[in-house]
Amino acid sequence: MTSIEPAAIAQAVERAYRRESGQVRATLIGWLGDFDLAEEAWQDACLSAVEHWSVHGVPRSPGAWLTTTARRKAIDRIRRGRAAARAPEALETLPPAALVITDDLDSVDEIPDERLKLMFTCCHPALPEEQRVALTLQTLGGLTTAEIAAAFLVPGPTMAQRLVRAKRKIKEAGIPYQVPPAHLLGERLESVLAVLYLIFTEGYAATAGDALIRQDLCDEAIRLARVLEHLIRRERTDVPETQYAEVVGLLALMLLHHSRRQARLGAQGELVLLSDQDRSLWDQREIQEGLALVDKALQMRQPGPYQIQAAISALHAQARRAADTDWAQIAALYQELRRRADTPVIRLNQAVAVSLAGSPAEGLDLLNALAGDLEGYAPFHLARADSLRRLGQTEAARRAYQAALVVCQNSVERAAILAQAAQLDGAG
Amino acid sequence: MKYLLLIYGDEKAHAARLASDPAAGQAEMAEYFAFNEAAGAAGVLRSGDALHTTDQATTVRVRNGKALTTHGPFAETKEQLGGYYLIECAHLDQAIDWAAKIPGARDGSIEIRPIVDF
Repeated sequence: MTSIEPAAIAQAVERAYRRESGQVRATLIGWLGDFDLAEEAWQDACLSAVEHWSVHGVPRSPGAWLTTTARRKAIDRIRRGRAAARAPEALETLPPAALVITDDLDSVDEIPDERLKLMFTCCHPALPEEQRVALTLQTLGGLTTAEIAAAFLVPGPTMAQRLVRAKRKIKEAGIPYQVPPAHLLGERLESVLAVLYLIFTEGYAATAGDALIRQDLCDEAIRLARVLEHLIRRERTDVPETQYAEVVGLLALMLLHHSRRQARLGAQGELVLLSDQDRSLWDQREIQEGLALVDKALQMRQPGPYQIQAAISALHAQARRAADTDWAQIAALYQELRRRADTPVIRLNQAVAVSLAGSPAEGLDLLNALAGDLEGYAPFHLARADSLRRLGQTEAARRAYQAALVVCQNSVERAAILAQAAQLDGAG
Repeated sequence: MKYLLLIYGDEKAHAARLASDPAAGQAEMAEYFAFNEAAGAAGVLRSGDALHTTDQATTVRVRNGKALTTHGPFAETKEQLGGYYLIECAHLDQAIDWAAKIPGARDGSIEIRPIVDF
């Protein structure tokens, strides 16, 4: 038992709410088979915590306390019949152990972690992607509906509706609550990874919207990737290394991107190019962790798209100055990535790497082949301009900058393009 | 839970394939029998049938109390409903496993629809 100060209690409950909600909800949903009843019981338990903890102090294991209390609250609700219409059979199907409820809540230490199952339920391919993302953030991330709506720039009622639809489909279509059997695991894990990466990029890539909530998205994605990695390593030793290596790769990729967040926005909120970033602002702790994870993943010798992207990011992270970047190695990694997902944007990145690795003519050839696909994409024209400048073709470079201006609407980015074009005049 | 597994495929392409290779029809039939056997032995299969092609279909609508009968399916689609199974199993992942075993899944699509439990 610790402090009984009201402010401290409120803080402890708030902290527990954030930290424990995913795990407690996962346990409750698994046990009750009902998202809504689990949600109500969880809210009941949090209210109870405020009362109880201010009298008796914060328990040793707040998560276990909340889980046990929420279970009691769920039983109360079922008995009172308020949930009768929804979960009539819930009491009969409770596992016997669940009914053994100790009076000494403080003695409850460890509750089995059910979050892995919940991740697979929330990311089931039978749900539309936007529902997977929202449901994962709500049930596992503990974000409120309003927060998720704000993060994705949709009205609150739209997001609430999206969550209701997802929960209804889980129930009516019979989406199971389980870690999928081996023959389904590959497809399902891919979906979980894609959802986590989508949450991350939504928080990282866009510069519109509330900055704090966007930071929340990045933090949640990284936190959930850590949970996924931990639980898979602990519980599922039969996960093939091909798939486990990608989990590690995704976590590394997110950490390495995230390490640059302080350096990637300029004073006016404009994106600062990797080559122009102040590298002293990069978060070395995240870089070190990311690099170690890339090594760990690559040692498994089962490269996949997330690992390759992480390896590219690692090469950037290891360059003290932009000029020190190992572009030849990066170009080779993009070639590997193309063998798995050959998209025009990946080809563009590869062409840039080839050009910067000292072969601007070869890079330019690769770029010219993409004209049909990327005509409306400013980075394509900027990459051409840069290769042409390196080849001393100033006039052609100038035309490429102009082409970039034609397709670029963002005023801050236009100013940056004009500045680059002006340097051309200085040099030529 | 009960699920209806709707077997969709390109019936014209299917007919052409069978016409050009009589053995293919035999092989397909054997595969469907094997599926019936397996799903029956697992206690999952409730019922199932193959349908005649959509040129055998008749569509009726009643408007203002008057029946309007037309030939053909209710809508022209790229893949047509060619058969169904009604199965009963614990959850969607099991239904997906059974659906994936239906021979028609390899050149067409199986739509899995949960049955409403009133």
